[in-house]
Formats: sequence, C-alpha cells, structure tokens
Amino acid sequence: MRKTVTGILAGIGFTLACGTSAFAQELTIFWAEWDPANYLQELVNEYEAETGVKVTVETTPWSDFQTKAFTEFNAKGSAYDMVVGDSQWIGAASEGGHYVDLTEFFNKHKLTEVMAPATVKYYAEYPSNSGKYWSVPAEGDAVGWSYRKDWFEDPKEMEAFKAKYGYDLGVPKDWKQLRDIAEFFHRPDEKRYGVAIYTDNSYDALVMGVENAIFSFGGELGDYANYKVDGIINSEQNVKALEAYKELYSFTPPGWAKSFFIEDNQAITENLAAMSMNYFAFFPALINEASNPNAKGTGFFANPPGPNGDQYAALGGQGISVVSYSENQEEAMKFLEWFIKDETQKKWAELGGYTASAKVLESPEFQNATPYNKAFYETMFKVKDFWATPEYAELLIAMNQRVYPFITGDQGTAKEVLDALAADWNATFKKYNRVK
Amino acid sequence: MATAVMTTLDPKSRAASRGLSDISIRNLFIIPTIVFLIVFNIFPLIYSLGYSFTDFRASTNAPAKFVGLANYRALLNDPFIWSNFAITAKYVIVSVTGQVLVGFGVAMLLNRAIPFKGLITTLLLLPMMLSMAVVGLFWKLLYDPSWGVINYVLGLGNFEWLSNPDMALYAIAITDIWMWSPFVMLLSLAGLSAVPKHLYEAAAIDRAGSLYTFFRITLPLVAPILMIAIIFRTMEAFKTFDLAYILSSQPTTEVISIRLYKMAFQEWQTGMSCALAYIVLIMVLAITNIYVKYLNKVKER
Repeated sequence: MRKTVTGILAGIGFTLACGTSAFAQELTIFWAEWDPANYLQELVNEYEAETGVKVTVETTPWSDFQTKAFTEFNAKGSAYDMVVGDSQWIGAASEGGHYVDLTEFFNKHKLTEVMAPATVKYYAEYPSNSGKYWSVPAEGDAVGWSYRKDWFEDPKEMEAFKAKYGYDLGVPKDWKQLRDIAEFFHRPDEKRYGVAIYTDNSYDALVMGVENAIFSFGGELGDYANYKVDGIINSEQNVKALEAYKELYSFTPPGWAKSFFIEDNQAITENLAAMSMNYFAFFPALINEASNPNAKGTGFFANPPGPNGDQYAALGGQGISVVSYSENQEEAMKFLEWFIKDETQKKWAELGGYTASAKVLESPEFQNATPYNKAFYETMFKVKDFWATPEYAELLIAMNQRVYPFITGDQGTAKEVLDALAADWNATFKKYNRVK
Repeated sequence: MATAVMTTLDPKSRAASRGLSDISIRNLFIIPTIVFLIVFNIFPLIYSLGYSFTDFRASTNAPAKFVGLANYRALLNDPFIWSNFAITAKYVIVSVTGQVLVGFGVAMLLNRAIPFKGLITTLLLLPMMLSMAVVGLFWKLLYDPSWGVINYVLGLGNFEWLSNPDMALYAIAITDIWMWSPFVMLLSLAGLSAVPKHLYEAAAIDRAGSLYTFFRITLPLVAPILMIAIIFRTMEAFKTFDLAYILSSQPTTEVISIRLYKMAFQEWQTGMSCALAYIVLIMVLAITNIYVKYLNKVKER
C-alpha cells in the first residue's frame, strides 16, 4: 500500500515537474505552410541554442490558415503562443481580444523607426493612425514580377517587337508596356502565353492582383479613415484599372481561372508565360536551378507605374503577434525582444526571410544579395493594402463575387461591377454601424 | 417471437448470472447512444437555432444581439444566395440523373452470368472507396488543359473543363458520377438479383418484348431499392462540398454548402450562417419527404 502511494505521489510530482518545465521552455509559432516558415524555423533554432527555449513553427496550408487560426482564437485556445498573421486580420484579431497589445513594447524599442514605415502601418497598427500596435513586422512582402529574360533578350524577338510597337523590348516601364509585351508573347499555337496573373477567388489572390492595377492607376479601395467607398472604389481610374487587368487575363495560359502563387511560378518554370506576377516571397524558388530549369534566364521587376505615373504594389506579408490565450506570454515577449535585434534581422534576411528592418533593407549587402532584393526594397516603400477592419472577410468575398465573373467570364462592364461593389461594401459598413 | 427475443434474457447467460436485469442491459446499450445524440446532435441543433435569430459572430467578444428574423430576411433577399441554390439544384439534377443512368445501366450489364463477375463488381466499386479530397485533386490533374489526360485521350486540345464557367459544374458532376455510380450500381444489382426468375420465364412464354419486360417487370420491382439509392444520392449531392471546393472556384460552381462554409468560417457571420444552415436543412427535409412519400407509394404497388 505504502509503495503504491509513494509511486502515485512520485508520478504526480514527475508530471508536474515535466509540465512546468514544458511551459517554461517551449514556444509555438503558427504560420502558413511556405518557404519563409522553414526559414523561420531555422532562425528560431538559433534561439534555442542561445537560450534553451525550444521554439516550433507550426504550419498549415494557406487555404485554411485563416480558418484554422481564428477557430483556435475563438475557442480561446492556447495551442499557439504567437502567430504570424496576415495583415488584414489585425482589425478582427485586435477587436476580438485575440492579440496582446504590443504598444508598450513598440514604443520601448522604438519599432516605428526600426521597421520600414509601410510595414508598421499595415502589419502592426490598428486602427490606422491610432498609435496602437498589435504585432511586430516579421515577413515583409509585396507583389512583384518575374520575367523570361532569355526571351526578352532574344535579338529576333527584340527586332520584331520594335517593328510592331515602335519602342525597345525590355522591362515594362508602365502598365501600357506590360500589356503590349503580354500581347506580343501571347502565342497559343506555340503553347507560349503572354502573362501569368492571380485569378484565384477563394481568398485574397484575385483581389491582390486587381489591387496592383488599381493602386498604380492612382485609385484607392476607399477611405480607410471614414469608410467612404462610393466614388472611390468605383472611380474612373479604378474602372480603367479593372479593364486593364481583364485585358491581361486574355493573354494568360489556358485554364488560368484559379491560379495563385504556385501556378504563377509554374508559368515561369514550365515555359508557359513571358511574365508572371507573384509575391517576392516566392522568388527564391525561381533563382534556384533545382526548382526552376530557367533560373539563369529569369529576371525580376517591380510592379510598373500606371498611366499617370503612380507606382504602388499590393502588400503581402505578416507581422508576428502574441496570442492573448497563450500561457507563455512572458517567454513570447522575450523571444520578440531577441527577434527585433539587428543581428537577428540580418540573419533572418540571410536565411531567405524578408526582413522589415529598415536598416537591413537599406544595406547594400541586402540589396545585392539576390537579383530581386533591390526591386523588393523599392517596392516596400510604396505598398498599399486591403481593408483591415474586422469585417474584411465579407468585403473580400463581396469583391471576389463582383470582380471574378467580370475578369474571367465576361459578365457586365467594369463600371457596373464596381458600382455594385460600392453598394455591397456600403451595406456591409452600414450593418456594422461604421457609416450612417 | 421477435419481441420475446428482445425482452427476455437467457437465464444462463453471463449477464444474467451477474445479476443484470433486462432493463439495465437495455439502459447500458441505449443511454450512451442517447446521451451522445443529445450532446453532439440535438443540443447544437437547438443552440444554433437560437443563434440564427442573433447577430452573433464567433470571432469577436461582443455579446449576441437578438435580431428576430432579420438574418432569414437578408438571406432570402440576397440574389447571390438564390443563385447558389439554383446552382445546387442544377448540380443535384445532373449528377443524380447521371449516376442513376450509369449505375443502373452497369447493374443491368452485370446482372447475368459472366466470367469474373465478382472481380469486376469489386473493381467497379473502387472509386466509391476513395476519399473525396483525393478524387478532387486527381480529377483536377486529369482535367488540366495543358497536361491533363482527358483532353489528350479525347483529342480536345486545350478545352477548359474547369476554367470555363459554363462547363465547370458539369465537370464536377462528371467526377461525382464517376465516383458514385458504383453505389447506385450496387443497390440496383441487389434489387435486380431479387427479381424472381419465374416472372421473366412467364414473360418469355407470353412472348413479351425486352422493352416491355423491362418496363413492366424489372423497373417496378427494382424501383423501391432504386428510390433509396436516389434519396441517398440526392441528399449527398445537395450537401456536396469537397469536390466542388477542390475542383473549381468559379462562381458558377459555388454550391450552397461552399457559400455556407465561407459565411461561417471565413466571414465568421455565425448567426447569419446558422440561419442559412436552417434554410438548407428545411429544404433537404422537404425534398427527402417527397421522396419518402413516393417510395411508400411505389412499395404499395
């Protein structure tokens, strides 16, 4: 009997000991399944070597990243200590009480100066201009373009292009040239197509693609400060931008109606398209000969300006936030302090992560490290993003519902589509009492 | 006799020797099931009915506000929701009709003495045993215009099965027919083999034509079991999510369950999506009821 009791007590003691030590020495970061998450795992392994705290990066496919994260938040689950959440989530996650307020941490470490301004504005601050911060910019990202340099530099192609369009074939200097080049290389008989763009309407792919056009044509999605959309989302520039995007769709490979980053990189690796839109985060695969047989002939450029010279790109990327329901918040804060150090950020960039640290971005080492880092640096100072209000998902779905049939299915006119979208968005904002 | 078996416990059984009465045995088996049903089915069902009258959002901490029938009103006035229903109806009709035609046809072919009948039947059942998600991913590759096998074999060139808004729903239905025809075939085969042989002999003696025999003998006798297959397939097709979600993101293939999923787990409009779920539930119940009525009528004949 006595033996049993001792055994049970020892067992309980052992469990408790394991339990507490596990709490103190393990952190879980939740992110989507893609290369940067692997780079982050490599980075945090160094943290473990330094401090003994084991950090695990848990991932899930992009398509259910949002659903899985919010299911966990809504259940007030403590499975994740930190999450590298999408920039649009910040409204929903901060108002829902899912993220820990990092304003104090931000001010203490002067992160508004350390990180590139656009990343602070879109990944960290909510509501806009409130001075309240919810996440530390982690993976900067934006949409850029890759292109087949070998096709562009073929003397025969250059001659034929000049004869047809009257100017030299090269990296497009504006959206008009982008369109011309796409048309020029679009040769279905040769199984070569002009351009690969985002068209998947299941999350934010198509909207991001369209945003590239809208922002560079000088348009906006709405006034983020007072939720005014009528006259902004359906402005003249936006109508032109939407038409331009639709025209690009006619130069895409066949079956291009559900494409996102995987398909757009395939367009380059499988010799399908001359130019391809994609997030910078997916470019490392394109300069690697193991994953891209055309690596040597692939070049990169930033999203070109629109007709009036405005040049912007749609923002991707994420900030890292501490989950309110985590039992290891203190440990998580210590980790963040390590993460924002200059050395860590430098290491992060070397591993392949896109740092948001202004100092690293500006350094010549970073800019010369890859063929696309310079374009990335330039882009990160002129990015714009989608709505970050808690009801962003409804706005996103409404935009997909309206825009997708027009782009891929020839339904309605750009003006009709955007007018209807303005009405949808206005109704949503009314529903949540954002506008009268 | 049957009731006697159910109520008396064999006095020599181990249960009886342990002093368990009939009632306690019954409780032992039934109560966990009932508890399970109540906790995981009935309770959420009623709870979500409550939510359907509120503006509750699971993603925020804001308390739910009672809004009466506003959710139902908004949903039934939403043209997008109606188009989702129309798409679902079209899908159900195409896919169930296809499955019945193919499934019943194959069953007719198999309902005779042929070599390797058992092996052929088993092989034909394979599609049904695969996971929906796997089938979806495979067919996405098969349909691909650039490297898909289907266009290559049929010589269709660059035909866009899934990107063409008018074709995509049929492409999904074809996949569904491929996957679930074996189910209809299996049930039909059971029905066909139960048709008494002497009826066919009598028909042969009377020199009845094969069409006449089919419509007057085979079909009426197989009808009840075929109806059951149709009920199952209709309910399943009405709820289709996986195949349509994986194969295409065309608005023309957004069946109601995809819209419901987006509303509930992407937009987090919990109250609104509960209301939509109830509308779908009522529709499925109504359709099934019509079928069941018809089934009873068929059985009476």
